[in-house]
Amino acid sequence: MIEFSRVSKVFDGRKAVDELDLVIPQGELAVLIGTSGSGKSTTLKMINRLVEYDAGTLRFAGEDVRHFHPETLRRRMGYAIQSIGLFPHWTVEQNIATVPQLLHWPKPRIRDRVTELLELLHLEPGQYRGRFPHQLSGGQQQRVGVARALAADPDVLLMDEPFGALDPVTRAALQEELRRIHALSGKTIVLVTHDIDEALGLGQRIVLMEQGRIVQQGSPLELLTHPASDFVRDFVGRSDIGIKLLALDRVADRTRHDEAVGGEPIASSSTLREALSAFITRKVDRLPVVDEQGRPAGTLHFCDLLEAQA
Amino acid sequence: MKIHHPVQLLLVGLMLASAWGLPFLTHAPNRLLTGTGIELAALLRGERLWLLVPVLPLLMAPFLTPLRKTGLAVAIAASLWLAGLTWLAGDEAARLAGGPDSLVRTSFGGGFWLLFILAGLQANDALRRLNGPGGRQTLAQLAVYGPVLWLLLSGRLEALSVLKEYANHRDSFDLALWRHLQLVGLTLLPACLLGSALGLLTFRQSRARGPVFTVLNIIQTIPSIALFGLLIGPLAALGKLFPASGLAGIGLPPALLALTLYGLLPMARGTLAGLQQMPEGVIEAARGMGLSPRQRLLRVELPIALPVMISGLRVTAVQAVGLAQLAALIGAGGFGAIMFQGLLGSALDLVLLGVIPVVVLAIAVDALFALLVSLLEVTPR
Ligand SMILES: Nc1ncnc2c1ncn2[C@@H]1O[C@H](COP(=O)(O)OP(=O)(O)O)[C@@H](O)[C@H]1O
Ligand SMILES: [Mg+2]
Repeated sequence: MIEFSRVSKVFDGRKAVDELDLVIPQGELAVLIGTSGSGKSTTLKMINRLVEYDAGTLRFAGEDVRHFHPETLRRRMGYAIQSIGLFPHWTVEQNIATVPQLLHWPKPRIRDRVTELLELLHLEPGQYRGRFPHQLSGGQQQRVGVARALAADPDVLLMDEPFGALDPVTRAALQEELRRIHALSGKTIVLVTHDIDEALGLGQRIVLMEQGRIVQQGSPLELLTHPASDFVRDFVGRSDIGIKLLALDRVADRTRHDEAVGGEPIASSSTLREALSAFITRKVDRLPVVDEQGRPAGTLHFCDLLEAQA
Repeated sequence: MKIHHPVQLLLVGLMLASAWGLPFLTHAPNRLLTGTGIELAALLRGERLWLLVPVLPLLMAPFLTPLRKTGLAVAIAASLWLAGLTWLAGDEAARLAGGPDSLVRTSFGGGFWLLFILAGLQANDALRRLNGPGGRQTLAQLAVYGPVLWLLLSGRLEALSVLKEYANHRDSFDLALWRHLQLVGLTLLPACLLGSALGLLTFRQSRARGPVFTVLNIIQTIPSIALFGLLIGPLAALGKLFPASGLAGIGLPPALLALTLYGLLPMARGTLAGLQQMPEGVIEAARGMGLSPRQRLLRVELPIALPVMISGLRVTAVQAVGLAQLAALIGAGGFGAIMFQGLLGSALDLVLLGVIPVVVLAIAVDALFALLVSLLEVTPR
């Protein structure tokens, strides 16, 4: 869907992006991560031509992005940013309808789409569609920001640290929404972040950048188990790589379904990292597991954290 | 007693001083002789003492607890006091007037003016507490002068010399009013368009910001009489070169040019400030959504900047009302013509006839724009 080959971008004689090779297939959720100034935002903005690349080729849907009219290209790509940038003089509804309106969708279709998106992002349509951005909390604003980016059902969703300014609780909730939206829609998503936990938790492919180059790319598991260099190892968190590995797997994967114990249960959708925390704080070596509906689903043994049962 | 409003206390003090220290009216046998002063105390006899009723709340104003109610009460008292003062002047002038052919002149004295202004300021200050939605405060501030306006229109002030001058110069007054409005109106349009274009330019091109505002500031510091004078030469030359253009060194065109030049700075500054207060990320988001530069300007940037831009236009308009007064010097007419005629003839009342309407006009224009801004700001942003 998006192919960089030897793409470079020079700002004032300095290479912000240096001969980047990267392929993001259709439907993948790719995360660009790196220290500040490593070229993540520049890489992202070259995709929708907010920044024009200087060398190499950058293709979208098989075609050089330069062959598209910039506005046409951008209307096919959702764009959400950390500062959100909702239009303060427009209601939530008008904000979400920005791109459909530019594309001249008929009014009823726009209205239905706004309702659908507000529901998708858990904002009660009747209550929120007429509000103005200043009447929303930061988290609600970013929900609207994400809804606006999704409005015209774009082929690609580009997100630049969308949850960076939110408090941890709100951030976790929105990360969960994004995971759900990705699973539901199968959209290609490129997410920029500097938060390794966000990257490991959301990304199918993680692209670690430094000084405009890719240091390593791969699945979260690959980055954690086979870091290509000390830099990568440091970045993914040398001392707690084990903990982060646990965060990649769910309780459901290790549950012994034929056993039952008493005690306060843990949800099967929790990560093993959360399970470890529960073992330690409750001072037990077995935990009862319940499924999404709260029905007993089996037992998790402390020793099963080490490896999956045969 | 606790002093809640030091400003009101100051105003009350000044009010008492001016009531005793300065003549309320001046009276002369004809317009050539200097008048003798008449004190306020000398006029307040018999039934006229009722006029003092609204003074009581005004005296108490500094000590009232700050509430909506008390603010409103002080404003109403001030409004009644303003009307009372004006009526008293008109009534006394009528009493002193001789027959229809009499040359007797009764004019406002310094005491009247000070008392009038101080009461106006007291009302203004009291109404500041009235924080209502959408221009309610502005409307209330205008309403304070309603009774005075009614007295003026009802003809009860006819015996005062300013109104005698008005009766004598009715035609030139109407002409001056029309021309003054013309000067202001024709200045606003180009100043608004050009000023906002400059504001937009300096917003987009931060490198242009320094030079543009330096030039606009320099223009602003040229004394207006000098600018009117400076333009005579080049415009006269242009008029000679292109006789069909209708340009000349004096008259309406150079006046409009000068007024427009002065109007550029506030308008450009308002536009730039309006655009700069755009919340972070709005422009990047607009670009990222695929709005074209034109759509960005019309749908996002200008609407967000509008209230601050109108504040800039407000300054431009009020400034133009005042500066247009001097345009009479280069033959552009307006109330300045009446004022200068009075100054040259040492006819103080004629000067007033040329000045008072401009003050009223400036206040009205200011209030109009204040109203507009507050209405725009009610729509949540
Ligand atoms: N518009 C620009 N003009 C000049 N330099 C820029 C511009 N945008 C980014 N840069 C530079 O390019 C480098 C990469 O920036 P960026 O892609 O924003 O990094 P990141 O998003 O990873 O923090 C930085 O050194 C930054 O200073
Ligand atoms: Mg960045």
